[in-house]
Amino acid sequence: MNKNYFEIKRAGINTTFQDQGRNNLCHIGIPFSGAMDNRNFQISNKLVGNEVNFPTIEFAYQGPLLKYFGENINFAITGDVKFIIRKKNNAIEGNCYQSFTLENGDELDIISTNKSVYGYLAVSGEFDVNYQWSSCSVNTKANIGANDGKKIEDGQKTYISNINKNLSNKKLNYINTKIENIRVIQGTNFDYFSDEGKKIFFEKEFVISKLSDRMGMRLEGPKIENIVDTNIKSEGLLKGVIQVPADGNPIIMLSDHGTIGGYPKIGVVISADYDKLVQLTPGSKIKFKKVELADAETLFKLYDLETQNLISQI
Amino acid sequence: MIKNISNLGDAALYCDFGSEVNKEINSKVIRYFKSIQKENIDGINNLTPSYNKLIISFDLRKKNFQTIKKLIENLNITNDDELETNRIKIPVCCDENFSLDIKRLEEKLQITRDKIYEKFFGKEFFCYMTGFIAGMPFLGDLENELQAKRLETPRVKVPKGSVGLTEQFANVYTFESPGGWNIIGNTPQVIFDSTKEKNPNLINPGDVVTFEQITKDQYYNNNE
Repeated sequence: MNKNYFEIKRAGINTTFQDQGRNNLCHIGIPFSGAMDNRNFQISNKLVGNEVNFPTIEFAYQGPLLKYFGENINFAITGDVKFIIRKKNNAIEGNCYQSFTLENGDELDIISTNKSVYGYLAVSGEFDVNYQWSSCSVNTKANIGANDGKKIEDGQKTYISNINKNLSNKKLNYINTKIENIRVIQGTNFDYFSDEGKKIFFEKEFVISKLSDRMGMRLEGPKIENIVDTNIKSEGLLKGVIQVPADGNPIIMLSDHGTIGGYPKIGVVISADYDKLVQLTPGSKIKFKKVELADAETLFKLYDLETQNLISQI
Repeated sequence: MIKNISNLGDAALYCDFGSEVNKEINSKVIRYFKSIQKENIDGINNLTPSYNKLIISFDLRKKNFQTIKKLIENLNITNDDELETNRIKIPVCCDENFSLDIKRLEEKLQITRDKIYEKFFGKEFFCYMTGFIAGMPFLGDLENELQAKRLETPRVKVPKGSVGLTEQFANVYTFESPGGWNIIGNTPQVIFDSTKEKNPNLINPGDVVTFEQITKDQYYNNNE
């Protein structure tokens, strides 16, 4: 029935359908999920003329190799990504933040993200995906969302309907900048840690460990000493919360986090820094900088305004 | 009734109802949770009730800490008797393939498995909260004689349906997951069903749960 589709010749490492995520389900154990880097997710949709919250394909490190069949369609990739478009007689290297047109039989080879983690692929149409609680976002843990709640796999097909008739190409001048200083607000168990531990947290460097994924980011560095209790009575978690278990190494909760946890919370990453935080690759060095609530609120307003400005330029 | 409200980051309220874990405090948390849920306040993203805390996260584009705090402080909270409680029976098979940690418990607790099952089955448990993984219920309270610590080294994969004990609590692994609870059996009952969008959880906070022992045959013939 539906004749437009991608054949997934190589799925990539962690390739999932994501949109804006789902709310009001933490109390039953379902986290927000959604695109990790919300700014890049929205921009990818706008570049192909979609509403900003349409389903996209999110990939990490190595992206998918897709062969396209169907009527002409536009796509755009955001993040910091190396990709190649292979046509019958030639191949061109593509640029992020710019839309391109795919014709029947073309291949899109998303080779890798450059010194960043996540990239987004949007197409000028609608991926045929199932929604649960108004979101297609895949939660592989509970098999919720598009593609039966699973990662995209080699050999499968991904159908697309309602392709836009207007295929004019769009472009945005934007470079995905990096941060090294992560701004945080003190957590609810900040006083569980020794004075030395608190000092270490705000002054020393931490290295992002390989054990990082959509659920959380583990850090390595000088140990943060707990002087009260290395466990708390289990309570709610949110993305951005930094827990310190008994081993003294902080873990930052990310979008697919478990909804309840029992380790003390030393801090919370401010909303304005979340999109940039998730893009940091294992091995990156970061420092935490303390900010107050009022400043965090202002910083988020500015960040959101900047995102809205970028979207309106497209 | 909330002892203290503070901010958890820039987009959430941290409501503290006390430090102990008991039904009385937890019922207050649940009452607040249900009352706020009913209000359907624009800008609130998520409510996460737990033993003695309630976390309320919000959309920083629409609301901020002060505005949500004021709303919560001025809310009318449901009375005790308005809370609905469901009674749920969960069948559990304790075949040796399922009761992965029964030997450990016999050693740690210094009682026989028959005694453990006798004290566990038929007893009423109260659901304090659900979460960690989708639909997982945290049930209490176990008698003192059944209270054991988590495994020293958590399992990488606890099978779906496993029924576990730790400290004063019992739970059910609704999905295969890493975990360190002492597993005494397995239920064929579906506890979380994502196709039921209105109410995917079989067990919700405030519900009363009893476990019933079943045979291996009953386990494999369970048609819900």
